[in-house]
Formats: sequence, structure tokens, C-alpha cells
Amino acid sequence: MKQRWLRFPLIGSIVALLALLTSPLILTPYGLSLMTQVLIFGLFAMSLDLLVGYTGLVSFNHASFFGIGAYTAGILVTQGYENFWFTLLAGVTVSLILAFLLGTLVLRSSGPYFLMITLAFGQMVFALAWRWRSVTGGDDGLSGIPRPELGLPISMWDSQNFYYLVLAFFILSSFILWRIIRSKLGRSIIGVRESESRMQALGYNTWAIKYLAYTIAGGFAGLAGVFFVYFNGFISPQQLDWSMSGLVILMVIVGGAGTFVGPVIGAGAIFVLQNLISAQTERWSMSMGIIFILCVMYLRDGVVGYTIKLSKKGLRNYESFRNKKRE
Amino acid sequence: MDFSSLIIQILNGISYGLLLFLLASGLSLIFGLMGIVNLAHGSYYMLGAYLGFVIIQETGNFLFGLLGAGAALALLGVVMERFFFRKLYKRELDQVLLTFGFAYLFLDLAKWIWGGVPRILPKPSFLEGSVSILGEAFPIYRFAMIVIGLGIALLLWAFLEKTRTGIIIRAGVDDKEMVSGLGINIQLYFSGIFALGAFLAALGGVISGPIVGAYPGLDFEILVLALAVVVVGGLGTLKGAFLGSLLIGFAETFGKAFFPDFAMFTIYVTMALVLIFKPSGLLGKEESR
Repeated sequence: MKQRWLRFPLIGSIVALLALLTSPLILTPYGLSLMTQVLIFGLFAMSLDLLVGYTGLVSFNHASFFGIGAYTAGILVTQGYENFWFTLLAGVTVSLILAFLLGTLVLRSSGPYFLMITLAFGQMVFALAWRWRSVTGGDDGLSGIPRPELGLPISMWDSQNFYYLVLAFFILSSFILWRIIRSKLGRSIIGVRESESRMQALGYNTWAIKYLAYTIAGGFAGLAGVFFVYFNGFISPQQLDWSMSGLVILMVIVGGAGTFVGPVIGAGAIFVLQNLISAQTERWSMSMGIIFILCVMYLRDGVVGYTIKLSKKGLRNYESFRNKKRE
Repeated sequence: MDFSSLIIQILNGISYGLLLFLLASGLSLIFGLMGIVNLAHGSYYMLGAYLGFVIIQETGNFLFGLLGAGAALALLGVVMERFFFRKLYKRELDQVLLTFGFAYLFLDLAKWIWGGVPRILPKPSFLEGSVSILGEAFPIYRFAMIVIGLGIALLLWAFLEKTRTGIIIRAGVDDKEMVSGLGINIQLYFSGIFALGAFLAALGGVISGPIVGAYPGLDFEILVLALAVVVVGGLGTLKGAFLGSLLIGFAETFGKAFFPDFAMFTIYVTMALVLIFKPSGLLGKEESR
């Protein structure tokens, strides 16, 4: 019984992969653009889940890394450095450096202090983007960023091609993240979440483990940011504000923290809800607050976490039912 | 910078610091008693300023605005504690996430009702004008802010040190299981501390209203400063909140005077320094878990 259960992720990911690969053939242009956003934000949310779900660090400044990746690529493109691979590398590198530097400060604290300090430093990055007009364009932001030029004979202005580019990086990143979580490092990351003091007693350097997780998460958020700026063609300080950090936390919660695919499902759910609600009312932000409150109170395991719980329960019921029959 | 403008800046720093104390003390006490970092605390401040604006406009009386906004927000605090936080008892992280959801809700609510235009509250007429300090003009209103801020700090100190309720609250900060074990209804005090925190934050919003006004986005601007205060001063102690408030007040004021474009960075530098040398805050308990 257990083995059949273990096979599920493999079958699930094959089905999901096929669905993602064929969806451009079915979807309307509008649906395709929505799907591209879901992939970008799904990656962003997965990177945060490495901290929230696996390391047990609730970071309130994850948008800083997303935004700084986006800004780096955006600034380079508007300055004339249009090579896609170069901007990609630069965007990820700068977010890694930021995570590397901020990590030394914010990880000195834990629990409630960590939460407050990440929030405060997140607002610092926001203020920097807002005030440093000559480079970032201040609150006007940077606009007119074209789709990337890969040096291939295919145009990225075609939204299908761009979707497949994002999808390729999404799959690659999920694979890397999956391998990290399944590795020895991943096991020790989860160990820190479960009991930091016990890990310390076992001789692990828990600070280094957390630091590594924080930096990796920052790098992947930066990658998502680079794709966001190419998709959106525009970046403003709003993309690294607290409300953006909150949005991605909400995606993780809605989908289910620590469930790997949950954050992507969460990103999808939030985008669908956003579209439905925005069509009815201008008060999306308020609705988001209400969704946030309801999810924390009544759906804390998230959609995926809840499903897993239910199916495990179902499996147990089924087994006990079968055992009874045998008797 | 000459001597007289230095004095002015010091006075500005004190008045700003005391304003921050109104927020940080509530934030710190709520954390101390319940383990919740209330991220909607800046929203209380912003909503307080807006409500004060409305009440003063209707009645023409600043004091009504001050107390009315304070009472309304205290009620909101009780409602939040009673109907939301109590349901998530002992799930501190979820409670923090809940306050975050409320912060979104309140910000959009304020945008909906009052739009994006900043509202400046009128000063009470007897506090108009300014006095001259060594040849430099200093607004009387800022003097009043210092006096009121010190008065409230003193009252709060006396309340926590000298009254039975205050003693129970301090005992609760140290060990709430023990307090409830002694037959005290600690949940009542949870509601009370939420009401007190929201009340003080709203007072801060109305008091600073004639100077900064009320606008959407004020909530998180001030929340970050209040968080900086408790990070610097240490959570759960009134003394820490007081010291931290003055430090951050000075950092902000002098930052604005010396590097007008990058004023907020003085705060982050202060925070970073404290984190490097004393991660649990200047007067915080050594072990912050």
C-alpha cells in the first residue's frame, strides 16, 4: 500500500507536465497570459516555501529578492544590455548577493524578531527603489522593457514561445528545488524546522543551514523576478512592497506550506480569484485581506495539505475496512 | 549646524520619539502578554487619524476627536481579540498572519472611504503659533506633543507599576500559565491589552494628525518605525520601548536633517548595529528564543 502511495508524485508530475505542455494549444491568449503569470508566481511562491514550509522561517521580505531581480534585469535592458542570458545571470546574482548580505543580519534573530526584522528590511529595499530615482525611475518605475532576445530564430513577442521559455525555467527550477529538498541538505533543513535545538545537539551548524536556505530561496525569487519584468514590460517599487511579500505568503498558505506543489496551486488559485473578483469590484485588496483571514482561520493546511490529509485518512479507512472484511 | 538649530532638532527628536512610544508600548505589551506581533498596529494608528479627522470636522473639538478615535479603535481591538485571535489561541504564528490579513483589509477600507488625498487634522486653536528658542521658531504644538507624550508615558508606567491590573499584566508577561493558575481570568486581560494598545495607537494617530496627516500608506510607514523601536529596545518591556522610541526618534529626525534624501537609512543602520551587538534588543531578555 505504501509503495503505491509513493508512486503518486511521479504519476502526478507526468500528468501535470503534459497539461502544462499542451495548455497553449487549448487556452485563449488571455488564458495563456494568466498561465504564464501563474508559472512565474508559482516559482516565486515555491522559493518562499523553502523558507516557510521547509525551514520554518516566515520571511516577510521575499518580494525584495523578486523585485531586485526584476529591477536588475530591467535596468540592464533599458541601459542597452539586451542579452537575455546576461540579464538573467545578473538578476539572479544580485538577488543572491542581497540574500547573502541581508541573511547575515536577519538570521541573527529568530521567531517574532525574525518576522519583524525581515518586514523592516523589506521596507528598506522598497524605500531604496522608491528614492533612488536616477537608477530606478522612482515611483514612475521602469517601463518599455521588451521581451527577451535569445539569439534564436524564434521571437519571444509570440506569447506561446514566451510561455514555453518560462515553462522550461519553471520545470528546471522545480527540479532543482525538489532535488535540494530530497538531498541531505534538505533533510537537515527540515530538521531545523522540526527542532533546531536537537539539530544543534546533533552537531549541525543550524545557522549555516538556515543561511543557505535563505540564500537559495532569494536566488530563485530573483529568477522569478527576471521573468516577471520581461513578461510585464514594467517594474515599479510596488513589486517589492510589503503587500507583494504578503501576496506570495498568501499563495503559499492557500496552496499549503511544505507540500512542494502547493504554492504553485496557491498561485493559480489566487490569480483566478483575482480575475473573478476584479471583474466584479475594485476592492481586490480588501478581498485579499478577507481571503487571508479566512485561510489562516479555516484552511491552515492549504488546498494541497488538506487533500493529502483527507486522502491519507481515506486510505486508512479503506485499509481498516479491508482488514475487517478479511477477519 | 549651529547651536539653536541643534536644540530644535533635539526637541523634534524627543517629540517624534514620544509619538513612536505610543505605538511601540502597545505593540510591546501585546507581544509580551500574548506572543503576537501585531502587524495591524500601524493600521490602528492610521484609522485613528482618519476617525479623529472626521470627528473633529463634525464637532469642531480636538479633544472629542482624540478620545472618540481612541474609544472606537479600542473597541476594534477588543473585537479582533475576542472573535479572531481567541479562536487561534496558542498558535502565535497564525495569529501574526491574521494581523497581516487585517492590515490589507484596513488599508483598502481607508482608501475606499477617504480616497488617496492626505487629510491634515486641524490643530486646537490654543496650540497654534510658535515660540522662539534662541532666535529659532518652534511650534507650540510640538511642545504640547512632548508634554502629552511624557504624560501618557508616566500614566502608563504608573498603571503598570502601581495598580493591581498592571501587576497582573506584568506577571502575565513573565508567566501566563502561572497567572491563570492563580485563578485570574487571563483572557480578560488579553482583550484589555489589545484595547489599550489600539487606544494608544489611535491617540498617536490623532496627535500627529496636524503634522503628518492621515493618508493611505501611513500604516506601514509608522509600523516599520514601531517595529524598529521594539527591535532596538527589546520586546515585552515598557522601558525598552521608551528607550528605543527615543533612539529611533532621534535617528529619524537627525537623519532627515543631515541626509534628507536617505533619511530612513539612519533607522536601518541603528537597527543593524543593535542586531549585530545585541540581537535581543538593548533592554530585551537575553534569550529571545
